[in-house]
Amino acid sequence: MDVFSDPTNFETYKVGFLWILKLTAAGTVGSVVLGVVLAAMRVSPIPVLRGFGTGWVNLFRNTPLTLIVFFCYFGLYSALGLELSDDIDRNNYWLGVVGLSVYTAAFVCEAIRSGINTVPAGQAEAARAIGMSFLQTLTVVILPQAARAVVAPLGSIFIALAKNSTIVGTIGLMESSSAMKELINANGDAVVPIFLVFAGTFALVLIPTGYLFGWLANRLAVKR
Amino acid sequence: MSTNTDAVLYDHPGPRAKTRNLILTVVFGLALLALLWWIYRKFDEKGQWAGPLWRPFLEGSTWTDYILPGLWSTVSAAAVAMVFSLIFGLVFSVGRLSDHWWVSVPAGVVVEFFRAVPLLLMMFFIFFGIPFLTESPMPPFWAVVIGLTLYNGSVLAEAFRAGIRSVPRGQSEAGYAIGMRKTDVMREILVPQAARAMLPVIVSQLVVLVKDTALGYIIGYTELLQDGVNTLGANFGNTVAAAIVAVFIYVALNASLTFFAGYLERRTRRTGRAPRRTTPPGALTPVGGATAVEPQG
Repeated sequence: MDVFSDPTNFETYKVGFLWILKLTAAGTVGSVVLGVVLAAMRVSPIPVLRGFGTGWVNLFRNTPLTLIVFFCYFGLYSALGLELSDDIDRNNYWLGVVGLSVYTAAFVCEAIRSGINTVPAGQAEAARAIGMSFLQTLTVVILPQAARAVVAPLGSIFIALAKNSTIVGTIGLMESSSAMKELINANGDAVVPIFLVFAGTFALVLIPTGYLFGWLANRLAVKR
Repeated sequence: MSTNTDAVLYDHPGPRAKTRNLILTVVFGLALLALLWWIYRKFDEKGQWAGPLWRPFLEGSTWTDYILPGLWSTVSAAAVAMVFSLIFGLVFSVGRLSDHWWVSVPAGVVVEFFRAVPLLLMMFFIFFGIPFLTESPMPPFWAVVIGLTLYNGSVLAEAFRAGIRSVPRGQSEAGYAIGMRKTDVMREILVPQAARAMLPVIVSQLVVLVKDTALGYIIGYTELLQDGVNTLGANFGNTVAAAIVAVFIYVALNASLTFFAGYLERRTRRTGRAPRRTTPPGALTPVGGATAVEPQG
C-alpha cells in the first residue's frame, strides 16, 4: 500500500477512475438514446428503417470494440480530420464516447427488442383493437412493459460498458488500466498490491451494482 | 396469425397506411442515401478513395504477409482460449454448485472477481506485472490466452451453472433413486444434459472471444488488428482502408459463428433435447438465448 501513499501515484489512480466514470456516464446516455431509436426502427413497419437497424446491429456487434475505438482515432480524427475538442484529452475522451456509444447501442437495441418480445401478443392486439397507431402502441403499451423486462440485460450491458471504457486507453487517455500499467512499470516491487487495488476497485463497485440490477429486475418484473 | 412482433405491433396496412408507409420509406430512404453520400464525400475530400490506398488489397502478398497471419493468430488465440475457458467454466460451475461451503464459496469469489475486472486490466497485469514476479518475460500469446480464459471461463461458469440448474429436478431425483452418488449424478446426468442445452451459448461465446483477441493489439500480440490494420496501414499509408477491410473480416467471421449458434439452437429445440425454456405464456417469440447479449470488448 506504500505505493498509494505517494500523492502523485494516488493522483494517477484517482484520475484514471474519474475518466472511467465520465466515459461510462456519457457512454450510457449515448448508447441508450441510440439504442432505443434503433430498436424502434427494427420493429417499425418501414423496411428501410428495419434494414438500417439490422445492419447497424450486425456491423457493430460483430466488430471488436478495440477496432472501433482505433478507427475513431485513426479514421475519424487523424484521417478524416474530425476534431471534437481543442484539448487533446477532451478530444480523445469524446472520440472514445463515440466509439463506446455506437458499439453499446447495438446491444441496447437487441436487449430492448427481446424485451418487446416478452410482452404478450394480446397486449399489442388490444391496443390496436381500440384504434391506437403504431407509435401509440409502442410508447404507451409495449415499451413501458418491455422496460421492466430489460432491466436485467441492460444492467449487465452497463456493467460491461464500464469495463469496456478501459479500452479508450488505447488512444492515449490515462484511464485506470493505462494508469495501472504506468504504476506497475514504475514500481516493479509492488506489482500485486497495485493490481489488487485497481481490480478491487472495479470489483467493489461492479459486483454490488450487478446484484442491485438483479434485485431491481426482480422487483419490477411483470408477474404473469 | 404469425407470431412475429412486426406483424403484431401494427395492422396489415390498408390503402391509407400503404401510402403513408410508402412516403415514409421514400423520405427515410432519401435521408439514408444523403447520409451515405455525406460519408462518401467526407472520405473523398480527404482522398481516402484514391487507388493507391486500395490497390494493395488486390495483391496476394498483402494478404499472405499481413492479413492472413494476423487472422491466424486471432483464430488460434481464440481457439486455445476457448478450450481452456470450457474447462475453467466447467470446473468452477460445478464447484459453485457444491454442497461444501469451502468449495462453493471460493469458487463463487473467483468467478465473481474475474467477471468484474476489465479484461484489459487483467491482460496488463499478466503481461507487464507477472514478469516482475517470475523474472522472465511473458509471451504476448499467453498473456492474451490466460486473460481471455479467466474472463470468459468465469462467464461460461455462470452460464453452465444456470444450465445445470435448469435441468428438471426429476432427473437428479431419478438418479439418486437408483442409488447414484452426488458426483455420478452431476457427471452422468446433469452435465451432459446441460451441455447440450448450452451448446448455442458456448458457440456465441466464441464470438466474444474472437472480438476480445483484438485487445492483444494493445499488448503487442500480432493479431488481425496489429498485423492487418496497424502494420499494413503504416506500410501503405492506408490505415482507414485497412480498418474497413478488417471490419469486413471480423463481421464475416462472427456473423457465421452467430448463424451457427442459431442453427444449433433451432436444432436442439426441434429435437426437444433442451430443458424447457422459460418462455412467458403467450409471449410473441421465445427470448433469444443464442445471441451474446453482453457487449464484451
